[in-house]
Order: sequence, then structure tokens, then C-alpha cells
Amino acid sequence: MTNDTSGLRLRGITKRFGTFTANDAVDLDVVPGEIHCLLGENGAGKSTLMNVLYGLYQPDGGQILIEGVPQKFTNPKQAMAAGIGMVHQHFMLVEPFTVAENMMLGNEGGFVLDKNAARAKVRELAERYKMPVEPDAVIEELPVGVQQRVEILKALANDAKYLIFDEPTAVLTPQEIDELMAVMQVLRDEGKAIVFITHKLREVRAIADRITVMRRGKIVGHAEPGTSEADLAELMVGRAVDLRIAKSAPAAQDVRLQVRDLKVANAAGGIVVDGVSFDVRGGEILCVAGVQGNGQSELADALIGNIPPLSGTLTLDGVDITRARPAATIGAGMGFVPEDREDDGFVGTFSVAENLVLNRVTQAPFSRGVALDLGAIAANAEKLKDEFDIRTQAVSSPISSLSGGNKQKVILARELSRDLSLLVASQPTRGVDVGAIEFLHRRIVEERDKGTAVLLVSTELDEVEALADRVLVMYRGKVVGVVGPDTPRDVMGLMMAGASHEEAVRAAAEQPTPLVEQVHEAAVHHTEASEGQEGNR
Amino acid sequence: MSTATIALRDEVIRLDQTESREARRARLSSGGLMAGIGLVLLVLAFRTKGEARYALSGYFDAVQLPTFSLPGLPTVLVCGLITLAVGAGFLGGRLNPRLRAGAATLAGIAVMLGLVTWAASGVGLPFQISNQLAGTIALATPLVLGTLGGVLCENSGVVNVAIEGQFLVAAFTAATVGSVTKSIPMALVAAVIAGVLMAAMLAVFAIRYIVDQVVLGVVLNLFASGLTGFIFDQLVQPNSSQLNSAPIMQAIPIPLLSSIPLLGPVLFNQTILVYLAILSVFLVAFLLYRTRWGLRVRSVGEHPEAADTVGISVRAVRWQAVLLGGVFAGLGGAFFTIGSTGAFNKDITVGNGFIALAALIMGRWHPVRAALMAVFFGFVTQLATQLQSLSTPMPSQFLLMLPYIATVIAVAGLIGRSRGPAADGVPYTK
Repeated sequence: MTNDTSGLRLRGITKRFGTFTANDAVDLDVVPGEIHCLLGENGAGKSTLMNVLYGLYQPDGGQILIEGVPQKFTNPKQAMAAGIGMVHQHFMLVEPFTVAENMMLGNEGGFVLDKNAARAKVRELAERYKMPVEPDAVIEELPVGVQQRVEILKALANDAKYLIFDEPTAVLTPQEIDELMAVMQVLRDEGKAIVFITHKLREVRAIADRITVMRRGKIVGHAEPGTSEADLAELMVGRAVDLRIAKSAPAAQDVRLQVRDLKVANAAGGIVVDGVSFDVRGGEILCVAGVQGNGQSELADALIGNIPPLSGTLTLDGVDITRARPAATIGAGMGFVPEDREDDGFVGTFSVAENLVLNRVTQAPFSRGVALDLGAIAANAEKLKDEFDIRTQAVSSPISSLSGGNKQKVILARELSRDLSLLVASQPTRGVDVGAIEFLHRRIVEERDKGTAVLLVSTELDEVEALADRVLVMYRGKVVGVVGPDTPRDVMGLMMAGASHEEAVRAAAEQPTPLVEQVHEAAVHHTEASEGQEGNR
Repeated sequence: MSTATIALRDEVIRLDQTESREARRARLSSGGLMAGIGLVLLVLAFRTKGEARYALSGYFDAVQLPTFSLPGLPTVLVCGLITLAVGAGFLGGRLNPRLRAGAATLAGIAVMLGLVTWAASGVGLPFQISNQLAGTIALATPLVLGTLGGVLCENSGVVNVAIEGQFLVAAFTAATVGSVTKSIPMALVAAVIAGVLMAAMLAVFAIRYIVDQVVLGVVLNLFASGLTGFIFDQLVQPNSSQLNSAPIMQAIPIPLLSSIPLLGPVLFNQTILVYLAILSVFLVAFLLYRTRWGLRVRSVGEHPEAADTVGISVRAVRWQAVLLGGVFAGLGGAFFTIGSTGAFNKDITVGNGFIALAALIMGRWHPVRAALMAVFFGFVTQLATQLQSLSTPMPSQFLLMLPYIATVIAVAGLIGRSRGPAADGVPYTK
């Protein structure tokens, strides 16, 4: 085996959808024992390339070579047989099934299911790769991080040599990301060849052995693992990007939002916000940080009036809004950027212009009597399109045709085009390109500088660091503490796991080793041990 | 970071619980419903005269069991009070959640007993319990088979509104083939083939041509009604002695078991279709939950992409499930002709396919639960018939509405929102 043919090689892969070229003569080498990062913005063609590799799409040109042998995959089964495993961004797990059932699907053995054999197989894999999962746990009841563990084990189940991780961190919490990184390193050290697709620069720098950057369907460059985030961002976006927007110290003003002893239950009846109290002043950004699912979403929903609180009070500019419905809270000057953009942020089939006035459509100047003033709606849209740099062919195009970043710009433009007393923004940059993040962040800071109180809910520590004037950490529905934005990351991480500020500071001082390395070391020992056993056989 | 964070991540976060909004709504609506019916019973109690007689045996049974009587007013009164109390318990939220299912069952029995006692009081004839049970089984048989057809179809992700149409074509085919061949087995086989052909039409348009499945189902029902009606008018009616006089299935008593008093003749002296229906419930449950094929069917109904990425052909599995569903629907359809009078009549299935569909949804797409729901519908329908023959004070039109009212109540109040297979009705295209 010469160095030229080892591993998995893509040569000149081209994939077109109609007139649109998603992949244009792409070359990529994936070598055992290496983590190869494929970096690029949403829509750069990364996922298309991997779907070609996995047999989900047929390429219009180019070749896939494994150990020098040309391959042709017309379905995923063939790709799997050739040793390719994929960890999908949207997990390919059947939610009401158990872990064991998901693992055996497609490879069940005899006609009558042998669930004991399936359980044993799960335990064996979990043991081998040190990824504990309970074979009888039902997927939909598991935290996302554990679900992903199952997805990884599934990819490993038939001894995949080449593993594709398609944006695996998009749905994970910071701790889960650390853990995933450790797992990926273990797999690399076992000799797996790994493709890691992402647009998050920090992760690339943390783990990549090799970096390839894609833009608009083409490979635009390779980079060394040590390349700075700013350089990587420039390569990815095609222009210089401010990763950390300039922000002045907050001008202290009066309290605008007052939250006292708030208790909120989720749809299933769990008390997810439990006695939360805090204030947000005008001209400051209060970040609510925490691992996903610790009550932040319900807190935001209670503020806008989607969920009536069980108890407690909410006061905005001295007016009680505890039981106000969304129409009333919007009327009181609350702007709201929902966490789930696609479901709650806009009406997909409506035009950009219509979505831009969605919560003001009954008011002047957009309607007169029962009739809409289409001219005013269009003029408003043109103005905001320029102001917010919304990239769309026309404001009359349906919003569903826009990219994630531009959809989010529409939502933010709609909210910021009113006079606000409070802006509640949940995960405003989730799944948004680096270029658009910069813009969205700048607009949020500008709104703060106008004297608006801003409550930002984020699970991304990068975002918290970049924007927050104060950080409120939530854990299991309770406030763990309120700290400054300059709090070290590991302290913040521990607080997000429930430790008080003092405990977190102490623990971080005692144990400075990042989680990644700890797990890594443990796993390396394990690998050596298992290799020893094989030698004895 | 500390190892504590690793441990934290594995455990599912448990929070203090309050009642979920959905559970609260279901509790209040079912409580209100029970309290309301309880009040109605209380009013009825004071208009109940004399006593109600219940006969345990039919007139011609070998072993005659005694006929017993319940005093009218006190029985209805007690039943009304029990229902009201359970309803109030639900409304007030004082009832321990663990006791709720039992209390609701008790209230259900009280409603039935109260209603029947009121209706049968002061009437000369006794209420025939054995008739009630036998009728329930007879009416439930096609419903069970139809709902199982739907269970298979919908678990694979294809909505089946066309059970009615499958019934109708199968009933017609069984009658004509039975008439021509004078053979029950031939008629059954023909009915199954007819059911499968109807299923194939559903499959080809739903899976291959991605037609909206609800619209498609409605169209197939109209097609079945039109087709059988047309052939019946043009061909069968004029020659009804040759084409519409199929043999009727005879009851096959199972030795020993069939001579158990009361339940014996009801359960163990039935036609082959009844036995098939009972076996089919277990067969479908086994297929869906214990076999490779069932796992694949459920996976393409829940998350077809996941099935595709492990090399399962989504369309092929859906085809298989829909066609197998047609087998059961075909058997169910046969019951309407060769299982009862042997003759076909226009639209002989009178909406039973839709009741089977309701049973499927109320049974939350699970074969055993759906079959139990089908039996419940059979029970209520038979109750309506029985009460009619007692010449009760209730208007007969109201009695005919009873099964459908029970459907609405059960779906809206007692069951609440039920979640079907996630990809049910969603065509799979790459």
C-alpha cells in the first residue's frame, strides 16, 4: 500500500442540481488516523459532498477511491459495506424505538427479532468505545448528547473505517461538545479516518489534523491546525470578519424588566422555571446562559406570554404583564426572537415583505380599516431589506427560499423596526453563518445602545462572551448565579452544571485539565489494553 | 472540568411535576362529561318505574340460567350517583391519578347499567345479556379485521381512509363468487383478493404517485360504492338467484369450551371468520412487535430517512404493509355477506369502515388496543339494537346515534389527543 492510494480519496466530484452546481470538481483525502475538518458556511456544499460519498446522491462527475479502488455507491448500504459510517446532523434514529431496536434496524438477523442478541451487541459496542448507553432506553426520552452517542455507535456497528460527522455539534451543549471531541479523538487514535464537517471555528482549531475550506461548492483552500480563527473565517466567508464586535461599557439606566419568583411549567407539567427573579436595566444585555433544556426556553415563552406562569410577577416599565397574552406584550414594547426560527419565527409561505409586518399588520400605516396598504408594506420591506442587508431576490419572494441567516435577519428587522422597551432573543444565531452572526450581533448591541433592555438566551459560550454585560446562569429551572462576562469558560461551564460560583471557581482552580484530555487519556489506556488482548489470542 | 459533569449528563433530568396542560384538559373534559351524564341519570331515576329484568340465557339455550331483577329507581339512582361522584372527583382533581382509570371504568359500567335499567324498567320483556354478548361479537368481527388492516397500513406511514371501500368490494366479491361456486373457502379467497386489489390501488397512488392520502381514501370509497352499485344494478340484481345467493358460514362449535354457560356459545360457537379475527389480533401484534418485518414497518412509518440510510427500501416495505392490510380488510368485508345473509346489497357496509378507522385512532395505532376499541363499538351498537327491541322511552333515532355519540365522546374526552406514527401520511421521496 503506497501513500498515494491509502485511505479514502475523492477526485473531481461534481454534483449539479438543475443549473446550480453544489460541488464543483472537489478533491478530498481522508486518511486513517486523521481528523479532516471540512469547513464552510451553510450552503457551501459540504453536506452535498458527504451525501455523495454516502451513496445518497449520485455524482455527475468524478470518482470515489478507497485504497485506490474506484467505488460506485448507489445507496447507503453499499457505502456502509465499503466501510463508510455517517453521523447525521439530524439523527437517523427512530424516536419511539429503543437503543437496541435502532441499532439492529436493517441488520436484524432472523425473521423473529432476537432482542437479547441486540442488547448484547449494544453493550459490547458501548464497552468497546467507552460510550455508555442503556440498550432498553427509548430514544425520545434520552438527552440529545446520548442520542448522538447512539448515532455514533450505529455508524461504528459494522466496523466502519471512515466516519463522517455532519455538523455534529450543532445540537449539542458545550459539555456535550467537549465529550464528542474526546470521542472523536479516541476514534482517530484507533485508526479511523474521520471527516468532521462544521462551521464553528473554535472546534476546528481544537481538533483538526487537517483543514479543508469550502465555499460555493469549491475547495478554496487548506489550512494548518494552528491557523487563527480570524484567518479561517476570512477563508470561509471570503472577506475579513469581525469575530468579536466592538462594544462599549453599558450605560447604567433604570430597571425596565422586573422578574420576581417566576414559576413556569412546560407542556408535560414539569416545573422548568422555579422561583426565578432578576432585573434587566435599559441599555444592558443580560445573557441567560445554561445547558439547553434548563428552563431558558420556557422563561422566554413566559415573558412573551405564550405560557401563563404558575406564579410570580413580570413587570415591564412598571406595568404588570404577568398574565398578558402575546398581543399585549408586543403592544407593551417587547420584541421577541423565538428560539425555533422555522416553527415560531415566520410563516414560510408568506413573502419577506409580509413577514416583516406580521405582528403589526393591523396597525397604521400597514392597514386602513379592513384593507391592507400593500404599498406601505412593500415600502417598509424595501427599507428594511437595505437596512438589514437581507439578501433576497425580491421582497415578494417567500421567506422559505432564504438562507437561515437571512431569515433571522428578517425576524430581527421586524422586531427592531418597532420602538422597543425590551428585546428577548433566544438563540439568535443558531445555525447562522459567521458573516451573518457578525451582523446580527452588531444590531443587537446597537439596540442596547438605544436604551432598550436586552435579554439574550444562549447556549453558546462564544455568544455569551461576545454580547453579555451580565450573565445569569440557569440550571434545572433555578438561577445558579449572576456573573460578569469575563468569567472564565471552565467556571461558567461548571456553573451550567449546577455548581455555585464559589464552588466552580474552587473546582476550576483545583482541576485545570479540560475534560477533553481527561476522557482522552482514559480512553487511550483502554485502547492499549484491548490491543494487548488481541495480541494474546 | 470535574467528572461530576459527566455523570450529570447521563441521567434524564427529573423536575418537580405539576399537571401538564393536556392532562388537565383531558381530566376536566372527562370529569365534566361524567358529571353531566350522572346528572342525566339522576333525573331519569325519578322517571323509572317498576323493575328491570335481566336474562342470562337465551330462550333456546341448553342450560337455562336464572333471570334476575333489579329495582328500577334505586339502581338508576345509585348508578347516577356513582357517575356523578367520579365526575366530581375528576373535576376537583382530588382523585388519586392511580385510581383514575379504575374509577372511570366504574363510571362507565354505572352509565351502561343505569341506562339499560332505566330503559328496561317496567317493560314486560327481560334484557337479554347473552344476546348482547353474541351481538357484540358479531358486530365487532368485521370491525376488528378492518382496524387491523388499518393498523398495518398506517404503521407503515400510509393513511388508510379507504377501509370502507375495501370492505364493500370484498363483501360484493365474496357474495358473487360464493353464489357462483357455492363454496365458502372460494368466497373467502375471492374476498381477500378483492381487499388486496383495493389496497394495491391505495398503494400505487399513495406510494408511487404521491397523491394526498386522505383525498385518495375518500375517492377510493366513492369508487368502491359506485363500482359495486353499478355491477349490482346491471348484473347481479336481475340474476339474483344465480349471483346473489351465496352460502352462509355456519358456526363451528369448539368441543367442551362451547358448552360453558353464558360465555361458551358466545365465544366458542362461532364462524371461522370470528376465530380468524381473534387470531389475527395476536398475529398482527406478533408481526409488528416481534419480527424483523414489523420493526421495518414501524421504522418506515416513523422515520423513513433512518430506514433508508440503513438500506431498507421504504417504498417496498410500505407496499408490503398496505397489501397485507388489504388481506385483513378483505376478510372483514366478507363478513357482511357470507358471514351474515349471504346476499349483497348496495352500500351494505354502512359506514363500518369508518368505525374501524375510529377504533384504529382510539386504539392509538396498536393492534390490541384498536381491536378492544372495535369490540367496544360492537358492544354499543348491539346495545342500541337491544334497547330498540325493548320499546324503551328513548326515541329510536337517538338509539341509532348512540354508537356515533360514544365515538365522539371517547375520542374527544376520554382518550385525548393521540399521537400516531410520525410519518403517517407523509410520502417518501428522495
